[in-house]
Amino acid sequence: MLKALTLLLLFQLAGEVVARLFGLPVPGPVIGMGLLLGALALRGGPDDALRGTAGTLLQHLSLLFVPAGTGVLLHVHRLADEWLPLVVALVLSTAIGIAVTALVLKWLVKPDRERVAPR
Amino acid sequence: MNASVSDIWVYLAETPLLGLTLTLVCYQAAFAIHSRFGMHPAANPVLLAVAMLVAVLLATDTPYPVYFEGAQFVHFLLGPATVALAIPLYAQFGRLRRMAGPLTVALVCGSLAAALSAVAIGASLGASHELLMSLAPKSVTTPIAMGVAEQLGGLPSLTAVLVIATGILGAIGARYVYRLFHIEDHAIRGFAIGLASHGIGTARAFQVSEQAGAFAALAMGLNGLFTAVSLPWLLPWLTSLFTP
Repeated sequence: MLKALTLLLLFQLAGEVVARLFGLPVPGPVIGMGLLLGALALRGGPDDALRGTAGTLLQHLSLLFVPAGTGVLLHVHRLADEWLPLVVALVLSTAIGIAVTALVLKWLVKPDRERVAPR
Repeated sequence: MNASVSDIWVYLAETPLLGLTLTLVCYQAAFAIHSRFGMHPAANPVLLAVAMLVAVLLATDTPYPVYFEGAQFVHFLLGPATVALAIPLYAQFGRLRRMAGPLTVALVCGSLAAALSAVAIGASLGASHELLMSLAPKSVTTPIAMGVAEQLGGLPSLTAVLVIATGILGAIGARYVYRLFHIEDHAIRGFAIGLASHGIGTARAFQVSEQAGAFAALAMGLNGLFTAVSLPWLLPWLTSLFTP
């Protein structure tokens, strides 16, 4: 558990260093994810400790967004002033983003199982 | 007696302990409600926990920065959790590689559709420039979105809130979109929700299946990357076309 957590932090740190070093617009943790994926591919997969720790962390991924979400308190006035364009734009664009992505993929990918109900 | 209670409150309100504990308690209460409703996406745990916390902070007149002193320890874990997404990604590596071409095309189309439709709809309904620029990167993970908003001239802290709202909306609404368009493949479902709703969508996808979660994690990472390099030059160019 401790070893695995240290490993995750080391990859995050490496990601931050790479991002700063090359002036990349991508945050360190995302680069760290890519680096760890590369390392796993080289080593032939994670060990049980790393798999367990990652599972624990990801099981409550939602929790980690709560502090930033509570920041809504800082913007109550602006949100109240412009709530209509905001709500409509958020709802529709999220649905459009999901629909476009899913339909493009559905169109380009042959289903793994051909027996998906024809419709 | 009353005086000592308020003394204790004054002391606790100054320490990070309270913000941290409050976050964990509210989240677990929210998660209990979420479970109670059979993990129904509409009872989204982030939404419920944020609503509870806002109510508590308003009732106790606690400013957000004081709360964040404690909550930052939870917030910090977003970093290692993002790195940890490499593990489920690795498990789906074979299928990911076979689908590399279609995934790339879907990434470009979906990412632009989400960002540009948000700006177009907001603009047509009269949103301010600042709001539009804060809105554009709302589909990608918080740290990237905040950076992009800053480059575009938006408000990073407002973007953080819009990002969370988008995540919650996607987690709640994706099933209706899938139903409407008959999307059944978990890989496709996961990729779409991760692209449009970043980590909160990914958290939802992991509840559905490991495969959906892995594809969501991949989409989240790729869209973060793509948005970070494309929006800062694409959006100013597009808005210049419409405002001669």
